[in-house]
Amino acid sequence: MSDLNTQAVARYKNNFLREVEERVEEGNMVKMCMQCGVCAGSCPFGPHWQHSPQKIFMMIRAGKREEVLSSDSMWMCTSCYNCIVRCPRKLPITHIMHGLANYAHRLNLAAKGQPTRDVARLFWNNLMKTGRINELTFSLGLYFKDGFIQGIKNSLAMQAAGLGLLKAKRLNPMEIFGGHKCKEKSGIHRMIAKAREIEDRRRGLA
Amino acid sequence: MAKKQYAFYPGCSSQKGASASNYITSFGVMCEKLDIQLNEIPDWNCCGASIGYGEGGELPRMVLNARNLAIAEKDLPGQDIVSGCPACWLGLREAVDRLHEHDRLKTETNEALKEVNLTYKGGSKARHMTEVLIEDIGYAGIKAPVVKPLDGLKVAGYVGCQANRPYGIAGESFENPLYLDKMIEAVGAEAVPYEQKAACCGGALAFSEPEKAQAQIRQIVEAAYDNAADLIVTPCPLCQANVEIYQAEINKKHGTKLNMPVLYYSQLITVAYGGSVKEAGLNGQVIRAAKLDKIAGG
Amino acid sequence: MADNKFAAYICSGCGIGDAFKMAALEKVATKEGKMSMVKSHPFLCNAEGVQMIRDDIANEAVTHICIAACSRRAKTEAFNFPTVAMSRANLREGVLWVVAAGAEHDEVRQEMAEDYIRMGCAEIKKMNLPKGNANRDQTRNKSILVVGGGMTGMTAALAAAEAGYEIVLVEKTDALGGFAARLWKRVPFSGPYAAPQATGVAEMAASIGANARIKVHLNTTVAETGGAPGRFKIKLATESGSVSELTVGAIVQASGFTPYDIGKLPELGGGQANVVDQAGLEALAKAANGGAIKRADGKDIKSVVFVQCAGQRDETGTHLPYCSGHCCATSIKQAMYFKDANPEVDTVVMYDDLRVPGMGEDFYRSAQQKGVIFTKGKASKVTGGDSCKVEFADLILDEQTSIDADLVVLATGQVANAGVNLDAWTEVNTLAEGGDEGAKQKRTEMKTISILNLDYRQGPDVPQFKHGFADSHFICFPYETRRTGIYAAGPMRRPMDMLQATEDATGAAMKAIQAVENAAAGRAAHPRAGDLSYPIARLEGCTQCKRCTVECPFGAIDEDEKRFPVFNEERCRRCGTCMGACPVRVISFENYSCDTVGMQVKAVNVPDEDEEKPRILILACENDAYPALDMAGVQRLTYSAYVRAIPVRCLGSVNTIWITDALNQGFDGVMMMGCKKGDDYQCHFVKGSEMAYYRMSKIGDTLTQLGLEPERVVTEEVAITDNARVAKLINDYAAQINDIGLSPMKGFG
Repeated sequence: MSDLNTQAVARYKNNFLREVEERVEEGNMVKMCMQCGVCAGSCPFGPHWQHSPQKIFMMIRAGKREEVLSSDSMWMCTSCYNCIVRCPRKLPITHIMHGLANYAHRLNLAAKGQPTRDVARLFWNNLMKTGRINELTFSLGLYFKDGFIQGIKNSLAMQAAGLGLLKAKRLNPMEIFGGHKCKEKSGIHRMIAKAREIEDRRRGLA
Repeated sequence: MAKKQYAFYPGCSSQKGASASNYITSFGVMCEKLDIQLNEIPDWNCCGASIGYGEGGELPRMVLNARNLAIAEKDLPGQDIVSGCPACWLGLREAVDRLHEHDRLKTETNEALKEVNLTYKGGSKARHMTEVLIEDIGYAGIKAPVVKPLDGLKVAGYVGCQANRPYGIAGESFENPLYLDKMIEAVGAEAVPYEQKAACCGGALAFSEPEKAQAQIRQIVEAAYDNAADLIVTPCPLCQANVEIYQAEINKKHGTKLNMPVLYYSQLITVAYGGSVKEAGLNGQVIRAAKLDKIAGG
Repeated sequence: MADNKFAAYICSGCGIGDAFKMAALEKVATKEGKMSMVKSHPFLCNAEGVQMIRDDIANEAVTHICIAACSRRAKTEAFNFPTVAMSRANLREGVLWVVAAGAEHDEVRQEMAEDYIRMGCAEIKKMNLPKGNANRDQTRNKSILVVGGGMTGMTAALAAAEAGYEIVLVEKTDALGGFAARLWKRVPFSGPYAAPQATGVAEMAASIGANARIKVHLNTTVAETGGAPGRFKIKLATESGSVSELTVGAIVQASGFTPYDIGKLPELGGGQANVVDQAGLEALAKAANGGAIKRADGKDIKSVVFVQCAGQRDETGTHLPYCSGHCCATSIKQAMYFKDANPEVDTVVMYDDLRVPGMGEDFYRSAQQKGVIFTKGKASKVTGGDSCKVEFADLILDEQTSIDADLVVLATGQVANAGVNLDAWTEVNTLAEGGDEGAKQKRTEMKTISILNLDYRQGPDVPQFKHGFADSHFICFPYETRRTGIYAAGPMRRPMDMLQATEDATGAAMKAIQAVENAAAGRAAHPRAGDLSYPIARLEGCTQCKRCTVECPFGAIDEDEKRFPVFNEERCRRCGTCMGACPVRVISFENYSCDTVGMQVKAVNVPDEDEEKPRILILACENDAYPALDMAGVQRLTYSAYVRAIPVRCLGSVNTIWITDALNQGFDGVMMMGCKKGDDYQCHFVKGSEMAYYRMSKIGDTLTQLGLEPERVVTEEVAITDNARVAKLINDYAAQINDIGLSPMKGFG
């Protein structure tokens, strides 16, 4: 268990709902769920969730902390916002799922090797390098995230798509040398570091 | 007539040589004919997209977007901020809304913005390019410059997710948005019935959960075939890329013969306005839209 | 009869004149209908047409008129001639709009119209202008007795008193307030519906005390109720045994409910320490007086679980099978008692379906905001004691689990205080009347829970429907009991919360006011409100069979010592079920009788067999089926031109003589259309359609004896919205008759 997690357990004891309310994006709305299940029926990846948002909310109220935070359910969110627009109680379900995933990731309780978790991390780190996403290095990073050999295999598997984009001039091999970037790159780094510092302090993760 | 001025936020995928570069190419003729002037926000940064949630928390994502909003506020005062990418638009709009509603979040955001010597005052208006076309130009206005009506072209209007939810176009339904169909018909093409119009392509999970996303994409493409569409049109770069690029992959795995062109509404409009294959970015298609290429004269 | 003068008026407007041969219609009215005056008019319902009729009544001494125009349900304001008897021949909705267009249908269309003229003329010949209840001088008492001094009774008393009526309010305990007085607070009844509100009981009791029109009797019960609307004779008994008598015009029964006995729920901890019902929690809250609620043993409460549907919605047949409606909101309210005093108290509401009608959804959300946890689960076992444990199935997470609590509250349901169950009573009473001593004793015991102690032939209380609640037509006449002039309000009528009970109370008060006014004017109450006709029995022909007294859905008929029926006109609703029941046909109304319908049946011109034109008689209930037929016309749905429809007050009023007459005369089929019967009946007279079905079930043998197929008489349930269905029913039946073939009885009648 990470230090952050140990501290969280000590702080909130059995009150996982309160932990979620204080530390998870839009977590204060979890208590408003009325258990209708519309979210579960509206999710394009619904059949692939271990626990639907409806169940996740119930599990939070029932104090099932480990099960929720180690679940790969919220990593199945495609950010389609279908649940949000259909929820009769107007819960920002997409954001709560994002918030739970982010919190699980921060406490390092999220499943290791969870592919969406890895992609999300790669994406963020990629954009943080220059202030903008570099699609070439992001894709290459993806293919090689599980090691060199697997990376070659992945690249070969996706060769058709990549070549297509290359031919259509929608993937620029020159981007490997840096490509588009923000001029104020270092300022952005400082700005984000500051934001994270403020947020961690507020959430008790500092 | 004075040009309509907008602060423009292209977003990462619409840069030169990036996956939606053909999208941005097709803005040229369209904006010229409609007297729209897009003024790029200087030194803009990535919006963080949705997938940014995993590593970036709420505040870092707010701050990323607030930087773009603050620059626009400072350098392009009074101009609505426009993006062609629904994810970029959504990132900006969520930031505008949340920073408006939550004082604490705004204070914290501005504290972080101090690192780049910016302050976000608030009150910006973040819009998607289709909103500008529909609300500021109007369907009749979109139709007016048409010189080559796209008669006989059958188009499946694929709105996708984030161009429709949670904000969408004012007055449209989340379950059956009609604006894209109306735009298609404004340029003389036929909008076919399309039950997958608001379905999800898998978004960023096309990378992490390829099987699941490709199952979605397959349905989206097959529904277009079922309704005898010649091509799919979308307002979203991620939808466009996912639905176009993975068809070959799906064919390889499942023995299907999917080969459905997927374009942007702006490419249709450009061709209808008399734009060339190059001006419409049609040469940027991985799956070429033969019928539209022909109309454009290439 | 010498003074009667009959006139027919035929309208040619709305296309009638184009579709029919008017001269032929006039001839039918004159020659066959034997009208002494027949006039046509191109627009009968306009001022000029109406004036023409008025002039004839004034100047030509016309006493009976037949209007052949639109349905009797249309243009009722124009065709309102209160000084003459009137029949209506339905040429527009009944013929013009429902017979298929085209010249090939001209002949049958004309035949149908001519038959309706014949029927309208035949009917008016047998009708008389009703004069109203002859005994109305004795029914002029307009005061209202309210039985029960709880929230419902107090509200009804105040509402009726404000409207200017004298009220007698009877309460069996020593104070007003009823169950509401036992509550700490009530579920909110006004915006923003976010927090419990004061009950207001003390203020209401004070305003009742200050109201000169309301006379309150505490520690008092109703020892006997006799009479009828406008002249109810009441005996009030006080605890000390003294009895006083008074007369009232109408009664509102607001006798409330009793919480289901928690002792019957041992598996849910009933009877164990620190397991209480909702009433028990109110008592603890009252004791806390706004501070932190403590247990009976004085200990602090850190966690409380509310178990919903305790002994309710039970499918095993052991406990209450129904939902009491208020308990979810009540538990939400009680959870707020805890949260408002101390947000740190854990409150869990364990529900299966959370049901919060009205503005309860806002209240529910407010509780969620306050941190009340809602768990969808079904409790299987509750252990009481110092630390209670609730074992339950989590219905969302699909697991068997448990939760500990310092206190468990069981949301038990409402049991109606509606008095004696008349079905059980009738059985015992029959034995008792036969001399059975045990039954006599049982009867006396049963009567101890009676609320009204009616001296009616049909038993001491209002009839009950399901589960012990008072019977009423739940859609159209929710407050009407099956005893005219007695109105049910509050949870003795159906399970409900306090807000619904107060709405009920005002509704019942309004109906009671209507009842006293109608009784004083000699008119019927709902649903034939204002009807001046009433049943008249030719007792010299009566065989004392008691069918009328037994079958009257409203207990309007008593028996004298010789077992002759005694009609209480003010209790009667004019449905005619007695008329339909009478085997010797001695009961009739001035404007509705065996003859008014029978002569219509006989007036129909039944073609000979070789013409191959069947005739089907429809007897349609005027409340739902006849309007549905009219609406089919309004929507221009077509149906067979071989049918002839006669509206009846209720299928209960259908006398089998009409059926046999029709078949004897050569009708090929008879369709009876009435309201839904059974557990979710829609019959406006409660039992009428059921009686009709029962009677018709016995007619099959008769048909067989006559050599007729049983399918020649059918009964259908028709709702007022069944416009399309009613047309299809007719056409399907016409096809069926076509398959069976024409009646062999033709030419014998």
